[in-house]
Amino acid sequence: MRSPNGEPRIVGFLCNWCAYQGADLAGTSRMHYPANVRVVRVMCTGRIDPTFVLKAFAEGADGVLVAGCHAGDCHYKEGNYKTMRRVALLRKMLDQMGIEPERFRLEWVSAGEGAKWAKVVKEMTAELQALGPLAWWENVREA
Amino acid sequence: MENDRRIGVYICHCGTNIAGTVDIEELTEYARHLPGVVVVRDYKFVCSEPGQNLIKEDIRELGLNRVVVAACSPRMHEPTFRRAVAQAGLNPYLLQIANIREQCSWVHEDGNTDKAKALVNAAAQKAYYLEPRDTREVPVNPSVLVIGGGIAGIQAALKIADATHKVYLVEREPSIGGRMIQLDKTFPTLDCSSCILTPKMASVASHPFVELMTYSEVVDVSGYVGNFRVKIRRNPRYVDESICTGCGICIQKCPWKTDSEFDMGLGKRKAIYTPFPQAVPNIPVIDTETCVYFKKGTCRACELFCEPKAIDFQQTERFEEIEVGAIIVATGYDVFDPSPIYQYGYKRLDNVVTSLEFERMCSATGPTGGEVVLKSGEAPTSVAIIHCVGSRDQNYFEYCSRVCCMYALKFAHLVKEKTEADVYQIYMDMRAYGKGFEEFYRRVSDEGVNFVRGKVAEITDQALTDEERGKLIVACEDTLLGRLVRIPVDMVVLCPAMKARADAAEMARLMNISRGADGFFLERHPKLEPISTNTDGVFVVGCAQGPKDIPDTVAQASAGAAEALALIDAGKVEVEAITAAVNEELCSGCKVCIGLCPYNAITFSEEKKVVEISDVLCKGCGVCVAACPAGAIIGRHFTDTQIFAEIEGILADARPPVAAI
Repeated sequence: MRSPNGEPRIVGFLCNWCAYQGADLAGTSRMHYPANVRVVRVMCTGRIDPTFVLKAFAEGADGVLVAGCHAGDCHYKEGNYKTMRRVALLRKMLDQMGIEPERFRLEWVSAGEGAKWAKVVKEMTAELQALGPLAWWENVREA
Repeated sequence: MENDRRIGVYICHCGTNIAGTVDIEELTEYARHLPGVVVVRDYKFVCSEPGQNLIKEDIRELGLNRVVVAACSPRMHEPTFRRAVAQAGLNPYLLQIANIREQCSWVHEDGNTDKAKALVNAAAQKAYYLEPRDTREVPVNPSVLVIGGGIAGIQAALKIADATHKVYLVEREPSIGGRMIQLDKTFPTLDCSSCILTPKMASVASHPFVELMTYSEVVDVSGYVGNFRVKIRRNPRYVDESICTGCGICIQKCPWKTDSEFDMGLGKRKAIYTPFPQAVPNIPVIDTETCVYFKKGTCRACELFCEPKAIDFQQTERFEEIEVGAIIVATGYDVFDPSPIYQYGYKRLDNVVTSLEFERMCSATGPTGGEVVLKSGEAPTSVAIIHCVGSRDQNYFEYCSRVCCMYALKFAHLVKEKTEADVYQIYMDMRAYGKGFEEFYRRVSDEGVNFVRGKVAEITDQALTDEERGKLIVACEDTLLGRLVRIPVDMVVLCPAMKARADAAEMARLMNISRGADGFFLERHPKLEPISTNTDGVFVVGCAQGPKDIPDTVAQASAGAAEALALIDAGKVEVEAITAAVNEELCSGCKVCIGLCPYNAITFSEEKKVVEISDVLCKGCGVCVAACPAGAIIGRHFTDTQIFAEIEGILADARPPVAAI
C-alpha cells in the first residue's frame, strides 16, 4: 500500500519568491491539477540540500519536483545557478541508486506562471503513473 | 525538553473556499492525534478578529507554545497570524502555516482532504521543531528614489516632496513628461494634455525637495528595505547644465537633422535638441549618432554660437551613488509596433498610422501643426479607427489595454472637429467603464460616427470596385449585421496594445521584483497590495504595473507615495529574522561557503579559524547551509531538522519503499 488510492506521491520543493507564488497563482486562478504534489516551501532553491531529495524518496515519495526562479531572476541573485550545478551531480547519484530520471524534475516557474506550474504537475503525475511505484532495488545496476 | 511541546492547530473554512472541497471534520479529527498537538479548532474565518481571538485565548489559557494555522497561503496571512500570536505573548516565529487553500482546496478535483491532512501533518511536524527568533529593526533612510518621469513618477515625487522628504527623480530621456506629454487631448473631458501636465513638470523640477536627474539611468541597486544604495549613470548631454541658459540658439544653428522620436518620426529634430519645446529641464542634448562633429570632427556650429560657452564635447558619462529608504518604479509602457500584423499594412501602406502618431498629428505643437492630413498633404474624407490591434489577441497580447476604446472615441471627435471626414470605429466590444466614459461614448455617437462591430481581417489597397480605387479598404465581418463589409477610407488609425517596456526584464532583475505572464511588474497581491512588490521597500505604480488611464495612474502614484511615506516616516522597519548562523564547534574552516554567498556576508576569522556570518548582511537564502560539508551552518527557520520533519509529515501516509524489500 504505497498510498491509499495507489496514486504517486510527489514532493515539491519550491522557492518562496517565484515557484511558490506561481503555485499560489494557479490557486487564485482556480486551475485544476492533480493532488499528487505536496509542497515544502524554502526561501531559495539554493537552500535545497540534495539530502532533502533523498530523504523524500526514502520516506516514500515516487517523485521529487524542484521549482525555482528562471535563470537570472533569482531573488538572491544566483541561488538557482547553484541549484542547477548541484542537480547535475544529484542526477548521476540518483541514477546509480536505481531511481529513474523521470522521478526527479527541476523546473523554472515564475510568479506569473500559474499555468506552467499546473502543466508541470499534470505532466509529472502522468509520467509517474505510467512508471509505477518507486522500486529502486529492482533497478540498481551491478557494479 | 521537546516533550513539553503544546501545539494548537487552527483550521480555517474560509467560508466555503476550503470547507467546500475539504472535509473539515475529518481533518480536525486527524490533527488531534499529531505529536504535541493539544488543541484543534476549526472556524469559518480564522483570519477574522474572533478567529484570531481563538488563537490568542488558547495561547494564554492552554499555554500553547507552537501554533499551526491551516488556511490560505503564508504569502497572504502569515504576517496577520504572526502579529496575532505575538499579541498573545508568543514569539511570532513559533507559527507555521499549512497552505490548504491556494495549493489544495482551490486546485484539486479529488484527494483534497487527504492532501490537506498531509499538509497539516507537515506543518505540525515542522512547528514541533520551530525556534523563537528575535525580530530585527533597522533605521530607515528618509529619502525616496522615483524611477521614471512620466505622470506617475511626477505625481509620486511631488507628493513625497510636499511632505518635505527628499526625492530623487530619475528619467532616462532628456526631459520628463513621459507618454502623457506626447498626447494631444485627454478623454473623456478633452482637456489638453500638456496644459494639465506642464505645470506639474515645472513644479517638480523647481521643488526644493526634488533632485531631478534626467538623461540618467539606474544601473545598480543594493541593500534592503529602508537602506538601498543606488548607482545612477548620468549620460553626457555634451551641454554643461550649470551654464546653459536654454536660449536654443544652438538648436537653431545646428544644420543636421534626423527623425524626431517625440513626434514618432513624423517630424524632424536637430542633432542638438530638446525633445519638445516645453522640455523640463530646458537643456538640450547632443545626439552623437547624428552630430557631424562626433562622426567627422567638423562643424561645431553649436559651440560657435553658444554665448555662455555651455557646449562641452569632452563630457563623459558620470556615475552617482545615492542612498534611499524606498524606491518607486514608474517606468511606464511601450506601444506595440503593429507591423508584425502584416495584413494591417502598417509601414507597408501609406496613411496607416498608429494612435501615438495620430496624437502627434493632432497636437498643435506637432509635425502638422495640429492638422489631420494624409501623406499627400490633403485632408482625409474618411477615416477608420481600428480597436484592439494586438490587444485581446491570442497571437500577441491576451489582455485588454483598457484605454483604446476611449481614446478611439476621442480621435473620432477630433477628426469630426478638424475635418469633414466620415469616421468609422471598428471595435470588438466597446468598453466605457470609467467615470464619464459612457456619457462620452453617447456624445460621440450623437456626432454621427459610424460604429462597426467586428475584428478587422485586412487593410488593403487592392480595389475591387471603382469606388474603392485609390483608397485603403478595411475588410471585416460586421458581426451585428452578420455579413462581410469592405469600407473604403483615406486614412486608418490603428490602436496598438500597451505592452511592458522592452527592458522590463532587466529592470525586474535590478529591483529584484517579479513580472506577470503579461510582462508587466507583478504586485504583491492583486487586490490588497496592488502597489507593493516582492521586495520590501520597492513599489510599482502606473503602466509599469499594467495598462491604465491617466486618472488611475495618478491615483496609483499617489498611493505609491503614501506607501513610501508610511515606510520612511516610521523611521525604522522590522526586517526578516531568517538568517544563517555558524556552529563554531562544527566549522572546519574550509571556506566553501564564502565564495557562494551573494552578499559577502561570510568572513573567515583568522583568530578562531572558523567563518562568521553577518546578521545584517545575510538575507537568509540558505545557499551556504546546503553547501556546508560539515553541516555547521544553521539556516534559521528552515533548519535541516525542521525540513526533514516537514518531509516526514508530508509523506506520513506513504510507506517508505525500503520496507518493501
